[in-house]
Amino acid sequence: MAFLRAFGSYLPDRVVTNEEIGGQVGCDAEWIRGVSGIESRRFASASENVAQMGAAAGARCLERAGIPATDLGMILVSSGSSERQFPGPAASVAKLLGLDSVPAIDLPLASAGSLFGISLASQLAAVVGNVLVIGTEKMSAIVERQPMDRAVAILFGDGAGACLVSPDVGGARVLGWELHSDGAFAEDLKVEFNEPLAMNGRTVILQATRKIPRVISSLFEKHGLAVSEAGVFLMHQANQNLILKIAAALDVSPERFYSNIARYGNTSSASMLIAADEWSQQVGFEGGVPVCFAAFGAGFHWGALLAVGVD
Amino acid sequence: MSKRQEIIQIIESVSGKPFKLSPEESLFESGTLDSFALTDVVAALEKKFKVSIPDSALNPRKFDSVERIEETLAEWGK
Repeated sequence: MAFLRAFGSYLPDRVVTNEEIGGQVGCDAEWIRGVSGIESRRFASASENVAQMGAAAGARCLERAGIPATDLGMILVSSGSSERQFPGPAASVAKLLGLDSVPAIDLPLASAGSLFGISLASQLAAVVGNVLVIGTEKMSAIVERQPMDRAVAILFGDGAGACLVSPDVGGARVLGWELHSDGAFAEDLKVEFNEPLAMNGRTVILQATRKIPRVISSLFEKHGLAVSEAGVFLMHQANQNLILKIAAALDVSPERFYSNIARYGNTSSASMLIAADEWSQQVGFEGGVPVCFAAFGAGFHWGALLAVGVD
Repeated sequence: MSKRQEIIQIIESVSGKPFKLSPEESLFESGTLDSFALTDVVAALEKKFKVSIPDSALNPRKFDSVERIEETLAEWGK
């Protein structure tokens, strides 16, 4: 058994408007809003890296949980925009949190990474104790590589999110998860070393709009629940139009899909946990009410996790 | 109604615009369909022609023109 105990997030200060990014790639602000739902995003400063942002989100999460970092049994850090080939940011995040021996594992999955992280953590918690899952991304460093691609540059932002998964206490109990990967689409969304992000947007959207509703429906069915029973869907914030498509496919009101993409853009693996942190501060878990997490991204990797509020 | 007419009817319904292209012209390059409209066209084709195309066979290029959609449906025995 595992529980979602607390969330945390970190967003860099610098707000990059559609006017600013649109001016760099030759499109207007309204067009960006129409194709993505994004109005602004945050960009980290030159001196901020993924480990620093991840540690800031992790520290906030631990503060909300009221436990010291020394109570952690493991750290899982997802990032698709790490500055180095190796080591990944996980060990640096642990060091920044003041730890020198807790195992810290990298999950370089990009968008779906934090979902995979909390799914794994929900199994590991019984063995290792508290697991801190972090998604942290500095996508600006990738999208600003030349030549800038308009379809990509308008979408992404920087930030970090965190979730503490505990074996015995928390606001919601994890009921289960379903994860999938299909490497046949590995070329359709990728970042080669020191190259710009390459995305076949039509394939990404076509596959995501089919796979996400399917995996959510499958997971609810496995647990004897109707999708309509979910109190909230906390999804990877990829594109507002994609979220609307998924809501329609599931026949669920879009209002039940928490969305902050207008303010932060797509922060890849950080986005789902940033959304969860904001939602938990504004609303939070309610006893007996299911909450669904879902993500889709490069790989392709996709899946969903179902939790239910503790009475 | 011919298969071609049925395909065109689906494209018009999804795009909300009268279809004025030749059968080989690109639906994407002409601005008739975007990524999200493509998902609706594929779903409507599956429903209309009673075919379930597996995700692994879904390549957007196969739906880039009326002619290509006809070829794709033929691949699936429709």
